[in-house]
Amino acid sequence: MKEIVAIIRPEKLEEVKNALEAAGCHGMTVTEVRGRGRQLGITESYRGRDYRIDLLPKTKIEIVVNDEDVDTVVETIVKSAQTGDIGDGKIFISGVDEVVRIRTGESGKKAV
Amino acid sequence: MDAVLNSGDTAWMLVSTALVMLMTVPGVALFYGGLTKKENVLNTMFLSLIAFAVTSIIWVLYGYQFAFGADIMGFIGSPVNLLMKGVGVNTAAALAPTIPDFLYIAFQLTFAAITVALISGAVVERMKFSAWLAFIVLWVSLVYVPVAHWVWGGGFLAQLGALDFAGGTVVHINSGVAALALVYLIGKRKDTRLLPHNLGYSVIGASLLWFGWFGFNAGSALTAGGLAASAFLVTNTAAAAGMVSWVIMDYLKVGKPTVLGGISGAVAGLVAITPAAGFVTVPAALIIGLVTSVISYLAVSYLKPRLGYDDALDVFGIHGMSGIWGSVATGLFAAPFINELGTGLIYGNPGQLTAQVIAVAVVAAYSFVVTLIIGKLLDFTVGLRVSGKEEMEGLDTHLHEETGYRI
Repeated sequence: MKEIVAIIRPEKLEEVKNALEAAGCHGMTVTEVRGRGRQLGITESYRGRDYRIDLLPKTKIEIVVNDEDVDTVVETIVKSAQTGDIGDGKIFISGVDEVVRIRTGESGKKAV
Repeated sequence: MDAVLNSGDTAWMLVSTALVMLMTVPGVALFYGGLTKKENVLNTMFLSLIAFAVTSIIWVLYGYQFAFGADIMGFIGSPVNLLMKGVGVNTAAALAPTIPDFLYIAFQLTFAAITVALISGAVVERMKFSAWLAFIVLWVSLVYVPVAHWVWGGGFLAQLGALDFAGGTVVHINSGVAALALVYLIGKRKDTRLLPHNLGYSVIGASLLWFGWFGFNAGSALTAGGLAASAFLVTNTAAAAGMVSWVIMDYLKVGKPTVLGGISGAVAGLVAITPAAGFVTVPAALIIGLVTSVISYLAVSYLKPRLGYDDALDVFGIHGMSGIWGSVATGLFAAPFINELGTGLIYGNPGQLTAQVIAVAVVAAYSFVVTLIIGKLLDFTVGLRVSGKEEMEGLDTHLHEETGYRI
């Protein structure tokens, strides 16, 4: 089992959600976050003075899937979240030791 | 005098008074509230709200009487009618003989309240609430009331012939310069960036200011007639010109039009036309509005960083500077065929310009010095500034145990 954490553009959330749904991946947890990558934010101007906004609003999606689905999910996110411009975000993949469904108590693959 | 009250004038002035009230609550509160950090939104709005409430009480207890009572040696009014004693329901106002005294008192109250509320924009995000409360009482009593008397209550500046239709000196220069004096004492914020947490609030606030300003300026005709209509139209013209002019400055300096620039320009235009509203023509209003945004823009984006004072929301840059320009411009453009009381330089009366410059200098100097003394006194007693920790974590939770947003 793997956890996929994707940091994407907030405005891309709908597209990514629909694409994942179409690919058969239904469950996810979504959070509004702030962060920055290598470009270190953007500049805004108020009353003639410029300020660097170094943390930008982003959306974080967390999904836990079985090993065989990882490639499909990652590919779907990349395709649907991509604009080609700076600030598209990143995807992190890591291992998950155990999953438990609270309602039934079942665990492992069945619970994913 | 009961018979001379005019129902048309009275109706218009009742409406105008309510319109000017709307400028402070919620106009200024929203305009300023949107520009601060989200941790300070409630405190920022509260400074305006409480200024309105406290000034309202001072005004009916003794403020109005000292400002507008019979003149004593040109400096202060004679305080009869304390607590409104002796004012009859149908008594006509001495300075506006077609409307009731109570209405004139209420109208003037809304001016006193917005003037002190405007000052708060300079000291937001760091001033103690207790110090602000004491400041309102002292400043209205010792600065606003005498200045209002000098200019509007028959005092020495009025006797000199200085023109101020709706408050260029009394409201805008007075608050702008006081703001400068107060930030000099209270010092810079730890984070001096102007990053509006909700510019939409400010758009609503500035729009309410524009709307309420029709009561402020057209209401200052004190009658429902041609002069009020003329003041109405020049007010709108200057506001529009101010907005367009600031947006052009944005284009030239930053390359993009900004919403904050647009509303700042509109307010600057409204400030500048305030002293001139009942004296100038529409073309003059256009010039006043176009020029004022250039002056305020340069004050905010060049003068402020160079001098290094932390006037958080540019009370001096916008109200002070545009107020000075508007008061001087009244001496240039006052047209005798609009209002027989004023003939400016371009109509052959250089003396009017001199009177305007004297009034600007006197009000600015008095406001600056007395505000410094009041501020110093408060700093020694209650202290002006919150602790560093309170400032960093936000005034809303520390001073009010509330937060603006639960999300």
